[in-house]
Amino acid sequence: MDALLSFVIAKYNYWVVVLLIMIGLYAMIAKNNLVKKIIGMNIFQTAIILFYISIGAKKGATIPITFGEHGPPVAAADFINPLPHVLMLTAIVVSVATLGVALALALKVFRQYGTLEEDDIHSQIRKE
Amino acid sequence: MKSIALTVVLILGCLLVYVAQEFPGFGDPGAPANVHVSPFYIENAMRDTAVPNMVTAILADYRGFDTLFETSVIFTAGLACFFLLRVIRRRAPESRLYRHIPTDLTIRIEKGGRLPASSAEFQRIDSVWVPYDLIIHMTGRLIVPFIQLFALYVIAHGHYSPGGGFQGGVILGAAVILFALCNNLRMTVRRFSERTNALLCSLGVIIYAGTGVMCMLLGSNFLDYGALAGLLGVDRIMARSHGIMMVEIGVAIAVNAVMVWIYYNLSSVGRQDEGL
Repeated sequence: MDALLSFVIAKYNYWVVVLLIMIGLYAMIAKNNLVKKIIGMNIFQTAIILFYISIGAKKGATIPITFGEHGPPVAAADFINPLPHVLMLTAIVVSVATLGVALALALKVFRQYGTLEEDDIHSQIRKE
Repeated sequence: MKSIALTVVLILGCLLVYVAQEFPGFGDPGAPANVHVSPFYIENAMRDTAVPNMVTAILADYRGFDTLFETSVIFTAGLACFFLLRVIRRRAPESRLYRHIPTDLTIRIEKGGRLPASSAEFQRIDSVWVPYDLIIHMTGRLIVPFIQLFALYVIAHGHYSPGGGFQGGVILGAAVILFALCNNLRMTVRRFSERTNALLCSLGVIIYAGTGVMCMLLGSNFLDYGALAGLLGVDRIMARSHGIMMVEIGVAIAVNAVMVWIYYNLSSVGRQDEGL
């Protein structure tokens, strides 16, 4: 029991990520409303961002900003991994931009069919 | 449908939990992600580029290509929103609402009626009528310049503290969007027109790519800012620092313009006359 508990605690970041991925994927598959699907996609993206950021963490390390020229020499163990931060910095802004495109497409669909519910749209397409 | 989705999601969840057993624990310094290339960046970023903030150094220098194309992705997203939604055809609305400022009365002008586009006494308001709120109006007016100032600080101090082009650009865009929310879309479009917006979008990407091309013209690789040393009158290391600054400014301009452009098109469904 103790072994299981310490295992769960040692990797709690992955459990949060898995939970968020499941919520996002479920919303993308099962929800009927297109905006809810888009929100699900965003939750999925957030899970990936959280995953990247959490694997960059190091125990006992600080933020990846050195003290400048006059500070002590830089050791890799003292600073958290800056690479995931760089990748996710761009990914966050790109996810906002793609969210904008997704909402624009949803607006187009609404303008065409007058609804965002997927089954209504399907039945309208079948009637044509 | 719901049960199928639930099964798929649960299978995926079990698979991920199973795989996660093999993953390194949280905060493990010996994790694979922390041992290969990142120690090189941490130990050499300051020496190579004279930028204390490693994230900025990696973003614009070591991984400059990545960031260049991410900026292009944002630019493309802005263009996509424009082409999907924008309605260029100008059609006069059925009726317009005007607010008489001194008396706070609202008048409706039906089709054919005429009122000067900008009168000191009358102010056009959206057809989904929202009562004029002095508090929101004034708070927005007071807070927007400070948000913009903070955005410029975030951009300029990206070398020394958390910040940089992407963050500062988003804050700048948020300031304009806040202005549009506190007043109305027409007023914002008058101050920050779509033409300016489109020009700034491409200008940002051009500044970024142009810095890279300039390095090529000066006899180095694309985006190798050390080549700018002669032009800027500093040594190669400081030239890399200044090159990062230029690139960050380009990113900030592009991100700011794209955020505002997407907002304009989404909030008014492409008509850009009445919106939120």
